[in-house]
Amino acid sequence: MRVNVTVNGEQRQADDVWEGESLLFLLRERLGLPGSKNACEQGECGSCTVYMDNVPVCACLVAAGQAQDRDVRTVEGLADGDALDPVQEAFVEAGAVQCGFCTPGLVVAAHDLLDRVPSPSDPEIREALAGNLCRCTGYEKILDAVRLAASRR
Amino acid sequence: MTLTPAELTSAVSGGIGTSPQRPDGNLKVRGEFAYASDLWHEDMIWGATLRSPHPYARITSVDITEALKVPGVYAVLTHSDVPGRNLYGLEHKDQPVLAVDVVRYQGEPIALVGADHPETALRAMKKIVVTYDVLDPVVDMETAVDDTPLHPGGNLVRHVPIRRGSQDVTADVVVTGRYEVGMQDQAFLGPESGLAVPAEDGSVDLYIATQWLHVDRDQIAAALGLPQEQVRLTLSGVGGAFGGREDLSMQVHACLLALYTGKPVKMVYNREESFYGHVHRHPAVLYYEHGADHTGKLVYVRTKMYLDGGAYASSTPAVVANAATLGVGPYEVDNVTVDAYGVYTNNPPCGAMRGFGAVQAGFAYESQMDKLAEALGMSPVDVRVRNAMTEGSVMPTGQVVDSAAPVAQLLKLVQDKPLPAGTSTDIRELPGGVSNTTHGEGVVRGVGYAVGIKNICFSEGYDDYSTARVRVSMVSGSLAAAVHTAACEVGQGLVTIMQQIVRTELGIERVTVLPMDTTIGNGGSTSASRQTYVTGGAVKAACAAVRSRLDGRTDIGDEVIDETVEWRHRATEALDPETGQGNAHVQYGFAAHRAVVDVDVELGLVRVVSLDCAQDVGRALNPQAVMGQIQGGSAQGLGLAVMEEIQTSGGKVRNPSFTDYLIPTVLDMPPMSIDVLELADPHAPYGIRGVGEPPTISSTPAIVAAIRAATGLALTRVPVRPEHLTGT
Repeated sequence: MRVNVTVNGEQRQADDVWEGESLLFLLRERLGLPGSKNACEQGECGSCTVYMDNVPVCACLVAAGQAQDRDVRTVEGLADGDALDPVQEAFVEAGAVQCGFCTPGLVVAAHDLLDRVPSPSDPEIREALAGNLCRCTGYEKILDAVRLAASRR
Repeated sequence: MTLTPAELTSAVSGGIGTSPQRPDGNLKVRGEFAYASDLWHEDMIWGATLRSPHPYARITSVDITEALKVPGVYAVLTHSDVPGRNLYGLEHKDQPVLAVDVVRYQGEPIALVGADHPETALRAMKKIVVTYDVLDPVVDMETAVDDTPLHPGGNLVRHVPIRRGSQDVTADVVVTGRYEVGMQDQAFLGPESGLAVPAEDGSVDLYIATQWLHVDRDQIAAALGLPQEQVRLTLSGVGGAFGGREDLSMQVHACLLALYTGKPVKMVYNREESFYGHVHRHPAVLYYEHGADHTGKLVYVRTKMYLDGGAYASSTPAVVANAATLGVGPYEVDNVTVDAYGVYTNNPPCGAMRGFGAVQAGFAYESQMDKLAEALGMSPVDVRVRNAMTEGSVMPTGQVVDSAAPVAQLLKLVQDKPLPAGTSTDIRELPGGVSNTTHGEGVVRGVGYAVGIKNICFSEGYDDYSTARVRVSMVSGSLAAAVHTAACEVGQGLVTIMQQIVRTELGIERVTVLPMDTTIGNGGSTSASRQTYVTGGAVKAACAAVRSRLDGRTDIGDEVIDETVEWRHRATEALDPETGQGNAHVQYGFAAHRAVVDVDVELGLVRVVSLDCAQDVGRALNPQAVMGQIQGGSAQGLGLAVMEEIQTSGGKVRNPSFTDYLIPTVLDMPPMSIDVLELADPHAPYGIRGVGEPPTISSTPAIVAAIRAATGLALTRVPVRPEHLTGT
């Protein structure tokens, strides 16, 4: 099947998409956007978190066909050219990035949190990021990064 | 202070002792860092692996006829297509690339499919017909040695005995215990993956996520029947490792498919396959007897421990040696009897995971120290301090600890930290959280302590070295450096450390880290907390060679100074096979934790309220990265304490997914207060002490001690599950 979808502000089209493919596969393997990650592919780890019509979703749980005519924003669409989004900048500065495999999903989830709650408390940050697994950092520096980003927005 | 590259103006900015931004950080937050599973090549096809559903079976036939007929399939390969040696392994070559006539664990690879789409490959795989003669699996590590032999030499992989002092001395106070450690998974987030690209001359390039490029290469070349120079490996982005990438997974498979089809082949495991595709932490059963005098001074420790290596040896021999040599913990004991056994079973293969043998022993000996404290009427900290080793102490192996061993100091540091406020009334800070399972009723609090010891670098006489090349030339009118190694960056930040070392040694700000590959000599494994020590040492030595040629010049015109150095840490010795005596280890690392928990005793839910840590790191080359290692390592210890276990039944894995294998989330990890000591080791580059593993050892027993203190339960097994707390 053919899928038409807006990704990071651009109209994109993919042909010969198999009906069983996920939005994650579409992004990664057909549209050249591997930033969203494939850590569990069953909605448990959050590493594939993207915005779909401004709502964060696990791209692995969305069928490619469901993205037809929708607006998708991935981690690749957060920076403004060379200028990182404040959330991205804070993750690097705070040392919240080790292997970085969870980072794209966490950056999108934190970006969404700060859009909704500009100055979140620690329990609010923890609840908002509870669907994103990280195996390297123990989360402390991720919390630091979100606090830092909140202070700068 | 954190500096951005633009702010790095003076020659020494961003050197050791500071925390400059990691050079790959920008790409990683943008989603543009290329992990192994992100790779793409024109005309590439996808590989898939058919695995055994049985833990132990004879293969009576394999029919690939129908699979080959599926449109879009390029190749279906079995063991007869392996041109070289169909056996590999880190220490024993006992594991087939593809099974021949027997499978020894559930998930063992039998056949490979290469196809134009991953789904095509899966469909074709389902058309491969394998018939099995299913056998009774060997699953009990304590009886495995006397059970059906699974390998020609029987089921004992290694026995490490240690005999020190009197073997029959008696003591005033004696405590005994039997402890169990479940099978933990590394659960790195980036699944096993790689891209193999065949060349016209019959050689192959592999872009791969691994911990050790050269040992991968050597094993791949042997399996492919190719000279080593015809197998070229380049490290791709690695999504975590923690020991789980020290063994081969899809490396040979992808290369085989690429060489047979003449096409680039990408293989990416999904999470379920990842659980079958790498080794895990050895589950263990450990029997201990501690004897002490009335003052709490240890008189003897006797232990017999079993470590389940599963179907293939992997690094079991070294894991057993660690469990044995570190088996009494960071304590002075004159009379020691250890018998540690690593065995084959039909359970999933086990090998390296952060802590590597020291974790299993650590849970048991620290549980024993608490039991001893109780028997003596002493506090858990006092009994530990009474026996704490110091610099100059003698290990059970006879080795003298010849650098800082601040065990008592670490314990006192965590003991003196302020305790968290009492049990919260905010449900988000209670066991069960927003599941709203309690408003405080049935919740009890406990405090627990633990301290651990870990060897740093490879041991037992292994020739452990790394190779570093540093090249200096003029770029835009000033000196610039490039550093090249084959030492794997897996997320820990070695790339940053190497830049920092070059900046400090050469006073050159602009340092490029070249791709890690096999065009340079061995960098050794990214394991055993060794890369900053060994590859850091090599980079430092290469800089010294460059520096002498620079001779103070800041303008070298068209000259290129290029130096490659192989660097070794001081030699170690084999253990005596009868007595376990010998200077087997290079360096010891220590960390201590204090855990505070709230336990809902009605539902068996645990919330770790705080997890404070003190660790000696010799010297913190990058303070931010050191904290990240301590926090991350402690989190993995928390996972083992209360949630993480690969559950097996009859050798079959019951929970190969992140739905059923739980790792800590941000809700599970408490804030940590951390003290970092910098007591330089005079034998190590810059005085550093390996950082990555010690916090994983003491975190688990501290948390379990806190749960015991809260509940009064014995809790002899990790992970502690709700039913252990409720008795249901």
